[in-house]
Parts: sequence; C-alpha cells; structure tokens
Amino acid sequence: MIPYLKITESERKEMLSKLEIDNMEELFNDIPKKLRVNKKLKIPNKMSEIELINHINEIGKQNVSTDDVISFLGGGVYNHYIPPMIDQILMKPEFYTAYTPYQPEISQGTLQAIFEFQTMICEITGLDVSNASVYDGATAASEAMNMACNHTKRNKILIASTLNPETKNVLKTYAVCQDIEIIEINSVDGVLNIDDLEQKMNQDIAMCLVQNPNYLGQIEDCEKIEEIVHKTKKTLFGIYSYPMSLGILKSPGELNADIAIGDGQCFGISQGFGGPHLGFMAAKKNLLRKLPGRIVGETEDKDGKRAFVLTLQAREQHIRREKASSNICSNQSLLALANTVYLSMVGREGFKKLAIQITNKAHYLQKKLLLINGVKLKYDGPFFNEFVIEIDGDIQNVLDELFSKGYYGGIKLTGDENKNCIMIAVTEKHTKNNLDDFADALEEVLS
Amino acid sequence: MIKDEKLIFELSKSGLQGIDLNSNEFDNENIKEYIPDKFLRNKEAKLPEVGQLDILRHFSALGRMNYDLSKGIYPLGSCTMKYNPVVNEQIGRLPKFANIHPKQPIGTVQGVLEMMYNLQLYLSSITGMKQTTLQPAAGAHGELTGMMMIKKYHQNNRDYERNEIIIPDSAHGTNPASAIMAGFKVVEIESGENGLVDIEKLKNVVSNKTAGLMLTNPNTLGLFEKDISEIADIIHDAGGLLYYDGANLNAIMGVSRPGDMGFDVVHLNLHKTFSTPHGGGGPGSGPVGVSQKLIPFLPKSVVCKDKNGKYFLQENNDVSIGQVKAYYGHILVFIKAYAYILALGEEGLKESSMQAVLNANYLKNEIEDNYQIVSTGFCKHEFVVSGLKDKLSHVSTLDVAKRLLDAGYHPPTIYFPLIVPEAMMFEPTESEDKKSLDELAKALNCIAIEAKDNAEIVKNAPHTTFVKRLDEVKAARKPIVRYLD
Repeated sequence: MIPYLKITESERKEMLSKLEIDNMEELFNDIPKKLRVNKKLKIPNKMSEIELINHINEIGKQNVSTDDVISFLGGGVYNHYIPPMIDQILMKPEFYTAYTPYQPEISQGTLQAIFEFQTMICEITGLDVSNASVYDGATAASEAMNMACNHTKRNKILIASTLNPETKNVLKTYAVCQDIEIIEINSVDGVLNIDDLEQKMNQDIAMCLVQNPNYLGQIEDCEKIEEIVHKTKKTLFGIYSYPMSLGILKSPGELNADIAIGDGQCFGISQGFGGPHLGFMAAKKNLLRKLPGRIVGETEDKDGKRAFVLTLQAREQHIRREKASSNICSNQSLLALANTVYLSMVGREGFKKLAIQITNKAHYLQKKLLLINGVKLKYDGPFFNEFVIEIDGDIQNVLDELFSKGYYGGIKLTGDENKNCIMIAVTEKHTKNNLDDFADALEEVLS
Repeated sequence: MIKDEKLIFELSKSGLQGIDLNSNEFDNENIKEYIPDKFLRNKEAKLPEVGQLDILRHFSALGRMNYDLSKGIYPLGSCTMKYNPVVNEQIGRLPKFANIHPKQPIGTVQGVLEMMYNLQLYLSSITGMKQTTLQPAAGAHGELTGMMMIKKYHQNNRDYERNEIIIPDSAHGTNPASAIMAGFKVVEIESGENGLVDIEKLKNVVSNKTAGLMLTNPNTLGLFEKDISEIADIIHDAGGLLYYDGANLNAIMGVSRPGDMGFDVVHLNLHKTFSTPHGGGGPGSGPVGVSQKLIPFLPKSVVCKDKNGKYFLQENNDVSIGQVKAYYGHILVFIKAYAYILALGEEGLKESSMQAVLNANYLKNEIEDNYQIVSTGFCKHEFVVSGLKDKLSHVSTLDVAKRLLDAGYHPPTIYFPLIVPEAMMFEPTESEDKKSLDELAKALNCIAIEAKDNAEIVKNAPHTTFVKRLDEVKAARKPIVRYLD
C-alpha cells in the first residue's frame, strides 16, 4: 500500500485488460533483460509516516540550529525574522503545487504575484526592469556576467576582491566555460582600491561588479567607482546588493548602476544551510531583452481585461534552443512569492525603519565589543549590519568557547590579510540583552 | 466565482503597515552619525502600505486564480506533476533544518550532512552511478554542471579538440542551451522512427571532435531507446561521454538504471521524479550522478563520511569544475525528496514508476480513436499525439488545450517535442486513478466531437476561465514588466 497512490488492485486489472496484457511487467518488455535492475538497491525499507517523522527528528537533533544558540553568522545569509504569514501563503496548494505558468488563463495568481515581485525589486533597486528571479545571488552574478559580455561583445570583467567568496567561486566556474577573463581589483582598508580600478579599467571590460556593502560589511564609495567605470564607453556597472540595506543605503539606480543583483534570502526565506534562496536581477530598461530567465509582462485578454503573461520568451531556451540567452527554464517562483509577501508586510515605512533598527543595533554592538581588551576594529569605514574585529588570541579557540557559552560568534575569516579576524552580523532579531550578553561573553573568553 | 484582484500596490493606503517589527530599545532614527549622508538613499522604495488582513485576502485571492494539483489532474508531459506529499511540506520546514547557517561549525550540522549523505547514496543507487552531487539548483543547472564536467574531463586528458555535443532534435530545449553555455558546439541529429536515435546517422556524426551525447531515455515521445547499449558503445568508442537527461526517470525507477545503460553523467529533477513541489516554477533541485571516471570533476562540495562516522564536506580536489552555486544546494528541497524515498522504499518507487507507465498507456488507449497517436506500441510514462485525428476541422492543438481549460483540466504539454507537428504530450503520472483518467479521456473525446460539430466553440476557447486568451504579441512588443502608478 502506497498512500500517495489511489489505485486498487481491481482497477489495475481492469486497466490492464483494456490493454490486453496480464501484468504491468509486460509494459517494460522493450527494455533489454540485461538492462533490468536485478539486485536490491541501497535504499532502506519503507517507513510509515510516524516512523519517517521520528527518523527525521532524530537526525535533526544532531544539528545545532540558530534557535538553539544566538547567532552572529552572516556573510550573505542572515538570521532575519520571518513572519508566519509567509508560510501561511506558501503552504497553499494553489501556489506550491502549481506548475510554471505556461497556461496564463489558469495561472493568473502566480503571474500576478511575480509581476508584483518584479515591481518590488525595481522599487528597491531603483532600476527599471527585473526578471522573475534566478537560483541565488551567486548565479545571478554569473548570469549578469554572461549578459554583460553578450551585450558589449567583450570578454573581460572586473570584480572587486571584496565580493563574497561564494559569488567569486561561482563566477569563476561560469567564466571558464565562456572564455571570460575575470580580473580582480584589490582592496585597501577593506574597500575597493580606486587607484587599482583606474589602472585596470579599459575598453575591453564588459562590466565592473562590486558588492555593496561588500563582503566585509563595508560600504563602498559607489559614486566614485561609477564615475570611473562609466568613463569607458559601454562598460556596464553592476552592483551586488544586500537588499535589506537598501532601506537606507543609496539604491543601485541612484548610483547609476546598469545592473543590480543580489540574494533575496533576507526577505522571508530560511537560512536552510544555504538554500534554496533566490537571486534577483534588475537592470536599466535598455537591457530588458538581454536579461536571462523568466519575465512576466502585463497585457490584456481578448475582452480587454488586464492580465499577466510570461513574455519576451523569444530569449528563452524552449524557443531559441542553442541561441537562448541562458539555459535557465525556471525561477524561484515560490520564494519570489515569499519575498513579495514579506515586502508587502514590512511596507514602505517599515522597510526604512527596519534598516535603521538593524544599523543601530549593529553599531551598538560594535561599540560595546571595542571596549573589550584584546578586541580591535579591523576596518573602520561606514557599515550597515556587519563588521570585522581582530582578536588577540587563537580565533578558533575563541569561537569554540563562545559556542560553549551559547553563541555562534561570527565567521572566521581566512587569508593573511584577515588573520585573527571574525566577521560579526547583527539583525533585528538580536535584542539589547543578546548584544550585551554577547559582549560579556567575549570579554570573559578573552580575559 | 473568481473575482478580479487588484495589484497589491493598488490596495495601498498611506500610513498602513502589515507588521510591527519596531524595537523599543533602538528607536534612534538618526543614523547619520554612523553612515555619511552621501551613502544614504534619497528616493524611497515605494512598497505597498497594506494591513495584515488585506495581505492575507490579497494573496488568497491570487491563489484562487491558479490551477493546481489540489484541483485535479496535471498531465503535463516531461514535467511529472505527481502528488507532493503534504507531510513533506512540514518536514521541509522543521527548524532543526531550516534554521541552520551554512557557515556553522561542522560538528553542529551533522544531522543535515547525514541526510545529504544518505540522499547522495540513494540517488546513486537508483541511477546506478558511483557518486552524486546535490549542488545544482534545477534540472537545467544540473545539465550545465554535467556539461562542465565533460568539458573538464576532456581537457584534463589534453583532448582539447573535443568541442561537440551531439543532441537529437527531439531533445528538451535546455539540452542545447546548456551545452552552449558550457562552451560547446551543438551537433543536432535528426531522429529516426518514433523519435528514437537513428544509429546510422549517429555513426556519421561522431568523430574525434565528439565530446559527448545528450540523451533522454525514455525519449520525449515516451519510448525506450532499446538500442541504448549500442549507442553507448558508438559514443564511447569515439572517445565521447554519455549524458542522461533525467527528466523522464519517473518511467523506470527501480526497473532500469542509466548507469547500467552506459551513461557517464545523469541529472535528476527532484521536483519531478521525487515529488518535491514545482512551486509555480521553482525552487527545484537538479542533483548530478557520475560514473567512476568523472568523480574527480564533481563540483565542490560532496558530503563524505570519515572512519569515525563523522560527516564532512570534501573540498580538496584540484580538478573539480569548482562551485556551481553558493553553498551546497537546495537543502530544504533535498529533505522532501529524502522523505519521499524513505516513505516508499525500493518497492514503492518501482510500483510508482510502473503505475505511471500503466496510466500513460491506459490514457493513450482511451483517446486513440480521436487523436493521432505518435508514440506507437507500449509507451513509458508519457506519450505524444499529433493533434486531432480529423484534420478537416482545422482545430489546432492550442485550441484543444484551451478548450480543456473550460472542462476544468490543465492541458498537456503542447508543441513539444518539436519534431511532431501539433504535438500534445501527456504524462498522467502514477498519482491518478482510472476514474480521473477516464474523466480526462472523456473531456478530450468530447472536444474531438465538438471540433467536428462546432469548431468555433473550440477555436474561441476558453470561455469559462477567469481571463480569456491573452494578447501575447502586445505583451512582447511593448513590454510592461512592473507597476507604475
């Protein structure tokens, strides 16, 4: 008995007799004998629903979640508050069991939600157009790279060395395939080195991509960078944003970026050990037809009623095959819905206020930590919610001791430049007590 | 009765907010002492201002405009729209898995790594491959990953001339697009009878430039490539590798394995074969299994187990293609597929595949009087028809699909595969029973009669849906992709 099937043995017999066969095995007679499975697979015996849940809970116990301890881990994935409204909506079968909206007459719900998502991404990034999302921030960056190279017919891109290492790694993997050369601009004091940018900028560069705030939490001088990048004709300026920061920080649009990308995890999506999250892509309108992935557009039906539909499909793989702008044939639709519900909840004022609250909390903690003997600020530029401290002592030891006191103390940075450094991220979930207690705990560990 | 629903922006009323996230302890609004003015935003993001109840009502109203699996059969070919077990929606949200950060110490994530390790094993066993990476985010992403590995393999052998991927013209559109994205040239070969690979044509195109062949088995007509072993030999003898597009694995789970057929790389779609929901287009998950010789090229990172039973992420492989997405893949999708496999066991997986095949053949049999069957003989989990048998009415496949909407059904996949004119591709999946197949067949047969007696009603369908046929040309010519007030 398989509870996910609803067929009885007698129905099965009836169906088989219509096909004039005796058993289901006969339907597989065209598969040569030697290609049939003839030994047991390495799969455990089936479990009942209760056994299944017990098993999952049992292995789950071996994880220490960010509910079990207070976490200051960030670096692109953040422990933000997720309103229950989101799962209330996401768990409606109307959304989670639906397919890609190829039949618009019976998919207006998904289509309208994506249209609302695209609008919100445009508003937040300050840009003209957005697609329906891609897999994550790192693949969004890679798609942006391919798009910039196609658009400019160039094959070199500049990236800030202060990009998230995860993003850099994925960019490198994608670049090899298309013979794209990635050139890193080095950093000084935790931000992009303007002199190095000026030196490396030339007419072969398709795009210059910076992250803001950068991986180390520092706010980049994007205005200055933009000025240099756009001095070269046609070169695109791309900004990888932490969208939560855009409640207060200048938007990519205000900074005259051509492309904005980033990860929407912070808007109502679980950390989930790294996925699934969502990559967003917004651009100036001249790039609309170069954007990869799904795009929803407004139109009308034959009675003149407003309606939404997947549009500009001539860019896509199912029509263009080998000439498509990307191979992607999905978006993170359900998570785009999570973002849309989240941003609807937070709203116009709340979006600003939340960013302000996070800024205040992060700065409060930084001040407290800097009072501790043996703690030094590594980079002293302006930041939003994440900062790097240098610690006098064995970092792994410090983090281990903090863990035994109930904290994920932050991300241990690697590389000579950031030896003995921890990167600490603060969100709205941290209370004043959490921050005070954490500072006390660190002080104890270091004393 | 479904009512119109305004855009959330049109529901906005100045001053409203759907949630209070303020902090009494940190109400200082003056952040200019922290961040210089020049970095601060001037033009605010015009997000909607809506109260909580209206948010619930709005998104519930949008939901009502969707067709979904709770309403009925979803016979989309190549999409495997099987039932998504409700319990897995709970399991996929358990805080012990959902609330873990990817940078936590390895000792604090042993549970999630165990789940991933086991899933890698199960998927390897189901496909007959030696190792599986879970990292790719979707089927197309898995294809890209597989193509990258094939490329790296040849390069590692200093076989730089191998830059051609052979793809049958019946293949999914993602196949050529993925091969191109990985930097290959695509050599398309015309299919033979029933969309199967034409062995002679294949022999003619293989050369020392052949990097590999991408194949779906059963193919997109739902027919098993019975000569697969010979095809594998031809490709391998030419020095190429064999890529298996796993979109159609639901036909043969527990019955036959791509690894035993000679495939070197296999991608799976957890959102098809392993019951994780499609979510209106994602998130999916596209694990990739490989044969022994491709293991070194797998993307970072595969989950391994040491002698003491401790799980860890294998990082130190210098010929790996690198990382194809941030972190380790779609973990909260994996856990649903994991739960599905455990709930069914080997016998259950096999029975599901067999039922899927029986259902497809039964439905095909029930409509063959009125529709021109292309997939002759017993098909596997799906079959293709070339529109209505009676061509006199000039009722197109699109018309039939739209008329099905009036009958309350989601249509099959249409105009794919490209090699079949007026194609309709049906995949009823194992989730349906005789009654729902009979009802769908009845609706299809009624449309065939209508096409003879009253073609106009079919050509102008749908009549009963929330919106009628859309002006897609207008949408593409003057694209409006965001709301502007």
